[in-house]
Amino acid sequence: MDSQKISFVRLIVKAALLFTVVILLFGAVNPMPAIGHMTLYNWLLPGRERLPYGDDPERSYNLNLYSLEAMFASHKLAGTSKAADEFRVFVIGDSSVWGFLLENKDTLAGALNAASLHSADGRRVVFYNLGHPTISLTKDLMILDYAMQYDPDLILWPVTLEAFPLSKQTSSPLVQNNANRVRELISRFDLPVDPNNVDLVAQDFWDRSLIGQRRNLADIVRLQLYGFMWAATRIDVHIPEEIKLRAVDLEASEDFAGLQPPELRAVDLAIDVLAAGIQRAGDVPVLVINEPIFVSDGANSEIRYNSFYPRWAYDSYRSLLQEQSQQSGWNYVDLWQAVANSEFTNTPIHLTPQGTLELTDATLAVFDDQFKLQP
Amino acid sequence: MTLTQIFIFTALGLVAGGFYKRVNRGWLLFLASVLAVFWLQPASLIRNLPFVLPAASLGLATAVWALTLPRETKISRQDWWAAGILGGLILLVSATRFIEPLSDLLAVRPPAVDFAAIFVLVLALFAGLLFWLVRGRMLALYLSIMLIVAILIVIKSPPLAQAASGALRSLSGQDPALASPLDFGWLGFSYIAFRLIHVLRDRAAGRLPAVSLRDFVTYIVFFPALTSGPIDRVERFTPQLQTDFLLDSDQLLTAGRRLITGLFMKFVLADALAFFALNAVNAWQVQSAGWMWLLLLAFSFRIFFDFAGYTHIAIGLGMLFGVVLPENFDQPYLKQNLTAFWNSWHMTLTQWVRSYYFNPVARWLRAHKIPILLVILFGQLTTMGLIGLWHGITWNFITWGFWHGAGLFIHNQWTAFSKTRPFSLSPSITVPLGIIATFAFVTIGWVWFALPQPADAARVFSVLVGMK
Repeated sequence: MDSQKISFVRLIVKAALLFTVVILLFGAVNPMPAIGHMTLYNWLLPGRERLPYGDDPERSYNLNLYSLEAMFASHKLAGTSKAADEFRVFVIGDSSVWGFLLENKDTLAGALNAASLHSADGRRVVFYNLGHPTISLTKDLMILDYAMQYDPDLILWPVTLEAFPLSKQTSSPLVQNNANRVRELISRFDLPVDPNNVDLVAQDFWDRSLIGQRRNLADIVRLQLYGFMWAATRIDVHIPEEIKLRAVDLEASEDFAGLQPPELRAVDLAIDVLAAGIQRAGDVPVLVINEPIFVSDGANSEIRYNSFYPRWAYDSYRSLLQEQSQQSGWNYVDLWQAVANSEFTNTPIHLTPQGTLELTDATLAVFDDQFKLQP
Repeated sequence: MTLTQIFIFTALGLVAGGFYKRVNRGWLLFLASVLAVFWLQPASLIRNLPFVLPAASLGLATAVWALTLPRETKISRQDWWAAGILGGLILLVSATRFIEPLSDLLAVRPPAVDFAAIFVLVLALFAGLLFWLVRGRMLALYLSIMLIVAILIVIKSPPLAQAASGALRSLSGQDPALASPLDFGWLGFSYIAFRLIHVLRDRAAGRLPAVSLRDFVTYIVFFPALTSGPIDRVERFTPQLQTDFLLDSDQLLTAGRRLITGLFMKFVLADALAFFALNAVNAWQVQSAGWMWLLLLAFSFRIFFDFAGYTHIAIGLGMLFGVVLPENFDQPYLKQNLTAFWNSWHMTLTQWVRSYYFNPVARWLRAHKIPILLVILFGQLTTMGLIGLWHGITWNFITWGFWHGAGLFIHNQWTAFSKTRPFSLSPSITVPLGIIATFAFVTIGWVWFALPQPADAARVFSVLVGMK
């Protein structure tokens, strides 16, 4: 073998070794949480008004990712020091809170901010949209748990029955891909969720390596890059010209998440997860709202309220939640009919801008009554 | 080329690079290039088109070789072998429909073997007729150039491409109403066409060396340079296939450096800038002049890193196979004037257009006693207009070309003027000023290049100057 060939082989071997070491070291150290905190938002780019989510990244300049650190780091909340005159309110929940098919100004948090409320002691009330467009109380709890470090004064938690079935607690991809965080919550609050549920993505050493994490890393980088267009346009959602409206004519089915009439039982629902959230908030009051829903008057509307809910299940859920709130002393308000039927968009819970205003008006009345938050 | 394709080509280069004492490099590159034409061709909604277009590229290459072979040159045994292998490979690509993993060579299901066989037969007959009947005839050479230009016009013109797509859809039993110009993506044809025209023109001028079929086809469809150039010259390219080559560590390091630079430019910088570079959608979404300038700058750097990155990759891959391709970029954004910019941006295209359009036209105009000022004005405008048209026969590329043509003319006149009245400004002022002015001129020109509709460009300009 001549000297040139020896150099050639050495070069390849050294490069391969170095590459392998970097890949494995990444898995051993697990720097993903630290990397998630590294962000262009809130210094070079303005923070986002809501947590990142986008099914159509190229048009919404937004994307889905699983790193809570990166999601929060991109939110304006992470870049806003709490001023002495700020009364801080977090709004957590599903896609109706996040504002599916709505611009930021038309979301619940946006409309509440537009009301320019002040607390009884004169502080400015600032609402932060921490909704995320997947439906699971466990997902909400995970976000609430993470958000507590940002020192809220009040938490607004709109919920709907779809988030309650135990079978749906791990259906959110955000939950599935934060398995360790969710298992820790299950353990800490003794939640009725199986920590060994196959939905929860198990990560072995290889998955934690640089190769295994390449997708998550790319998502964090893409989140930063879409930030430029977010900053330039303030667009973070794609709203199509035409929206296919929620169904009016319904299937003659009484099934709900595999549960059958005549009534739901408390053990069928993840009420303990809601309780865990309120417990996690500690001294910070939590206002639980039963979200408005679309009530159909089409075919089979005597069986179902809408495509989500059979009447027996939804009525039963409202009773259970009311009863549980009274027993536990929760701040709870049922606003299920606070919005006109014409103000729902593509699902029985997504609202038009006008629908959001109607919900906002109803919520403002509760704020005035229960928390003395007034314009 | 995708990352996977680049890695596979690199691996092939590394493996083959150590074995050229046992492997014939000329045949290896011939085989690899022929197969790569099919592999790199993107999918199309028109039935069999991803097979037909690469096969047509190879057929055109063979036909032009047959047409341009000097009359005194006989077809060698190697040429017959090359023709046989070429036909065999085209049939083999179609036969991969029966071999599941290999059928991925084409982006769509390969066509029936009898279809491929008829295609090969027609190509062979066509090349044979050209060879025996009209080889080297001026009329045939110029008609061939016109045919290639006509194909280029059809591909580059959206209405014509749509009409061609409709016709092809009808031929293949598909609905012509669904035709789209995007159906007709003939990979690398812009480069193939210019290489073929160069060969035909040089043959007509009597300055083309005799080249074997194997080396000629490799030159036309050499896989590293197929998608984004550079446009080499046949007399520079083919002798490199005859020399002894064994990949050593120095060459490997040089090639590796070019590859890594190219990969970084293309897949990191250009792809990152693409997230917020100016396009037809965000042109209407941005409201402030500052952000619009940022988007335009992002486009300016994106197009450079994308194109220069691909060139680095092509040159790096070429080096792994012992072929040194010509440089295409030389720090164009650091040039002090527009003439220097065009001598360093897509250099092989500029040289081609200068050789085969500007110089002959300027000579002809001068010979007809046209005033020099008009010769320069006409030459600059039409040359740059031609370069614009090469990118696409649409108003925006033509405007972009004329913008640069006008800029070159003004620079030419300024240079002549300043020679008679020298300024006393220090180079420490004029050099950076020249670089900034040139970069600004080029960057403003990208507005037309980036946006397909006049209304888009008008909107962007109005925001850039703060009128919106």
